[in-house]
Amino acid sequence: MIETRHISKSFGDHLIIHDISIIFERGKTNLIIGPSGSGKTVLMKCIVGLLEVDEGQILYDDRTFTDMDFYEKKSIRQEIGMMFQGGALFDSMTVEENVMFPLTMFTTQSMEEKRERVNFCLNRVNLENVNKLYPAELSGGMKKRVAIARAISMNPHYLFCDEPNSGLDPKTSIVIDNLISEITKEYGITTIINTHDMNSVIEIGDHIAFIYKGKLWWVGNNSKILDTDNEELNNFVYATELTRRLKKQK
Amino acid sequence: MKKILFSIGQYVDLTIKVFRKPEKGPVFRKQIANEINNLGIDSLGIVAIISVFMGAVVAIQTAHNITSAWVPVTTVGFTTRESILLEFSPTIICLILAGKVGSRIASEIGTMRVTEQIDALEIMGVNSANYLILPKIVAAVIIFPLLVIISMFLGIFGGWLAAVWMHVVTTTNYYAGITMDFIPYEIFYSMVKTVVFSFLITSISGYYGYYTNGGALEVGRASTKAVVMSSILVIVFNLIITQLMLG
Repeated sequence: MIETRHISKSFGDHLIIHDISIIFERGKTNLIIGPSGSGKTVLMKCIVGLLEVDEGQILYDDRTFTDMDFYEKKSIRQEIGMMFQGGALFDSMTVEENVMFPLTMFTTQSMEEKRERVNFCLNRVNLENVNKLYPAELSGGMKKRVAIARAISMNPHYLFCDEPNSGLDPKTSIVIDNLISEITKEYGITTIINTHDMNSVIEIGDHIAFIYKGKLWWVGNNSKILDTDNEELNNFVYATELTRRLKKQK
Repeated sequence: MKKILFSIGQYVDLTIKVFRKPEKGPVFRKQIANEINNLGIDSLGIVAIISVFMGAVVAIQTAHNITSAWVPVTTVGFTTRESILLEFSPTIICLILAGKVGSRIASEIGTMRVTEQIDALEIMGVNSANYLILPKIVAAVIIFPLLVIISMFLGIFGGWLAAVWMHVVTTTNYYAGITMDFIPYEIFYSMVKTVVFSFLITSISGYYGYYTNGGALEVGRASTKAVVMSSILVIVFNLIITQLMLG
């Protein structure tokens, strides 16, 4: 479980997120949604510690991350897997080396054991015969899957995904969403996904936090989101002509 | 002024992060070997070509300027050696390396920054500054002095080649010139300069790459800034070290 308590972050005089308190539960796909510029990415970067919060606390299973020193944060980070928007795979390394990287840096496993784990992770994301390829040789969907494989290679307790579907076609997006959801439930991970893809929201939104103008506007799940009377959330959910028509028909 | 002080503070802060203990010894050693290849061995060609031609030009220019019969012909070899050892090989070669290696480091690290690869390292708990910049600094400090020594030999060889082919001086006179009044301390002085320049080039380029913000355009800008700032500091430190060691 990850909890944020009254966190705020500003850049200069510009307040980006303000007084956000949310609980992200274990074994669930927790979605942070909101329009572009609402503060979703800043919120996620604060939670993982890439940005320091100005106020408030962040807790990883009752361990206060914001009060930790460099080395304590480092040990927590080895329990975190993150999938970035563009994959953030290391260009100079092959797929195998990318997935093996955390194992090489933080374990004492033999090469055989590491290869076995890499192959397991790649198989888990339905990738085969790509070990020796470089990221530049992969399609967008494959890059995302390799990024997931790298994120789960250390058996993380917490998984973060920043816009996992950006740049993907709807069919591949569903594959990626389902993969993240399956892995979350299978390993009992606390997963936080940053998205503005409504398909993901409906498909895998076990727990949804809607951020608007830097504030927590609404909390619920995929069965409640379509029937909300929250105006800002409705404007976000029913932003397209197609969704508005479907709502009328409903 | 405020911006300059901020940049100096940021550079010092980054340098402290860079000089922490590496995460894993074997990984670090492998990275150094790779960087020696990328930064040093890959630069051997350009260093060799420039050194041979510069040595040749210095020899011809010196011979051209000796108009008095009172000046001994050994001056050609002597002047070529002194120019190569004291200034050309340590300073000019390092300025060329600042362009070649500096832009490479800044653009490589800058691209990693804008594509979130550095964030990925940080999330994993890896000290990204240490992982990316320290192997480059160590590799440069090892390989640049070797490149400069090679450049010294090739520069003097280039001078001999030109002198003999152009019938400026004989091999015997050239050899007498390059061995005349040799002071080994000059080599030590050149090596000290090279080590300082290696550190400056790699750390400054690493700094500009590491703090790149934005996209492809900013990577290009960071690369240019890295080369300009490294070159300026090489020249400034050249003066400081020369005053301290020879002044």
